[in-house]
Amino acid sequence: MILRANNIEFYYDSKQKFKIPDINLDTGEQMLILGKSGSGKTTILNIIAGLLKPRSGKVEIGQTDIYALKGSQFDKFRGKNIGIIFQKPHILVPLTVEENLQLANFFVEENTHLIEPLLKELGIWDKRKAKINTLSEGEAQRVSIARALVNKPKLILADEPTASLDDENAASVVRLLQEQARKYGAALIIVTHDQRVKDHISNQIIIGGQL
Amino acid sequence: MNMIKLSWKYLIAKPLSTGLNILLLALGLAIITVLILIQDQFENKMTKDAEGIDLVVGAKGSPLQLILSSVYHIDFPTGNIDLKDAMALSKNRLVKNIIPLGLGDNYQGYRIVGTNHDYLALYSATFSQGIAWEKPFEVVLGHEVAEKIGLKTGDTFIGSHGIGSSSHEHDAHPYVITGILAPMGNVLDKLILTSIESVWYTHDEEHDHATHEAPVAKKGFPVTDQDREVTALLIQYRNPIAAVQLPRFINSKSALQAASPSFEISRLFELLGIGVKLIQGLAIVIIIIAGLGIFIALFNSLKERKYDLAVMRTLGASSWQLFLHIVLEGVILTILGAVVGIAIGHLFLVILVMQNDQGAISTLSAAVFLKEELWILGYAVIVGILASLIPAWNAYQTDIAKQLTKA
Repeated sequence: MILRANNIEFYYDSKQKFKIPDINLDTGEQMLILGKSGSGKTTILNIIAGLLKPRSGKVEIGQTDIYALKGSQFDKFRGKNIGIIFQKPHILVPLTVEENLQLANFFVEENTHLIEPLLKELGIWDKRKAKINTLSEGEAQRVSIARALVNKPKLILADEPTASLDDENAASVVRLLQEQARKYGAALIIVTHDQRVKDHISNQIIIGGQL
Repeated sequence: MNMIKLSWKYLIAKPLSTGLNILLLALGLAIITVLILIQDQFENKMTKDAEGIDLVVGAKGSPLQLILSSVYHIDFPTGNIDLKDAMALSKNRLVKNIIPLGLGDNYQGYRIVGTNHDYLALYSATFSQGIAWEKPFEVVLGHEVAEKIGLKTGDTFIGSHGIGSSSHEHDAHPYVITGILAPMGNVLDKLILTSIESVWYTHDEEHDHATHEAPVAKKGFPVTDQDREVTALLIQYRNPIAAVQLPRFINSKSALQAASPSFEISRLFELLGIGVKLIQGLAIVIIIIAGLGIFIALFNSLKERKYDLAVMRTLGASSWQLFLHIVLEGVILTILGAVVGIAIGHLFLVILVMQNDQGAISTLSAAVFLKEELWILGYAVIVGILASLIPAWNAYQTDIAKQLTKA
């Protein structure tokens, strides 16, 4: 098992406890977490991503109980093992495409030599020296996918990756995510309310009732 | 990619704000640099030029003026004194050596100083060409004078009356150059030296060829039976008691005034000190404003960058790396400001010296680098760290989950 998130409970207010279904994924497995906005699906993503400590329960990635890690050790572990793709690309604007990827390598102190193959596979190699604000939305989203993959993570999390894209681009982004996750042997979780994604991944959890 | 490069990229992403902050800081530090350079060189030079001169005696007037005119050759003399009074003083048992000076003429703004060979010995002058004067109207040029007016040994020129630029010319008596001094780095570089006799004879109406051919006095006073005057006397004490007794003794005599160079210089620096302090204060205010500017720039940019910082955390950056990232931005800014500031300071001095090729300022050099300038770099780094501390702490505390879900 690459990801084990069991018995997880979270609440901001103890009267409104929020139980999260157990999630267990193996290498190369993929899962869709569907839910309306406000259903708490981003909270789940944050907990799995190691950004938000649950009130109870354990999140294990590989053999590591991630919330037992401390300080910069935790940061390095997260940077190395979890690749996150946000709804908006959120690429660092002062840096070029290539430098955004180099930065990810720098922070985990490891050169994965994946920058060139990734950018080539995602069709943005000729944009590697480009400033971020010259990219189209689709290109920017592909840069953020490349950045999430460049440290060879065990787990890829995508938060509403298709929300701002048209049908065609949405389908291609999901396809890209699936392809790349499979290629680098990572587990993939997509969190979304987007009905268009439903048909691509059969392994689904629905949060907060039917859409 | 590394932390310095990352901070640098963020700085150049905002060239205007970065440039303004660097310039503001540079301005403050440039003022400090100029002050340090001028103060150091002035004090050095003034102390050097007055070395070996215990007391200056001249006509009554301002003691500071007497020192400035007869030691540094920058102000006008207070007047002349009678040769008999001067010679009487040389017999005083408290006086070890006495060097007479006769001022009053110039050539193209360079002062012609009548004196004896002791004056050369006082500054241990060495020659790059020729020898010292032996007869009336023979002169020795300071290194800079020779360079600027382009004369060499054997050449002649005609002096003009007055201390500054020419009034009327003494066309009856051309001077002959017998020697040129090596560069001394002191007041001699800007002087034309000759015998007291030359100065006297220039101003005489009739011309006596026999005396004009006789050798001049190389030590002490020239021998004469006429009523003659000199402008000032440079005196060396025989013993420490002289410092107490001699000035009082001279000042009590109605015609003469004695002034101590070291005392007058420290008084001058005290007077200048007020102005220097004022400018220094201004510079410090500018530096503080620059520091505030950097603080505000970092603080404001942080609001826009919270998301970037959160993203960096998800890529593996630790809280301390974000802290360092912001502090580095402040420090890079201030180091650049310091380097630019020191450069502007030196450039300013170059321009200042170029525009004043005579007088006190022209003796300054911009090509001098002092230890104190390294301190400027140090202070700048401290300003950078102080200005970025609060923004950096905010960056350190970035709450990733909250930041990322907010958008």
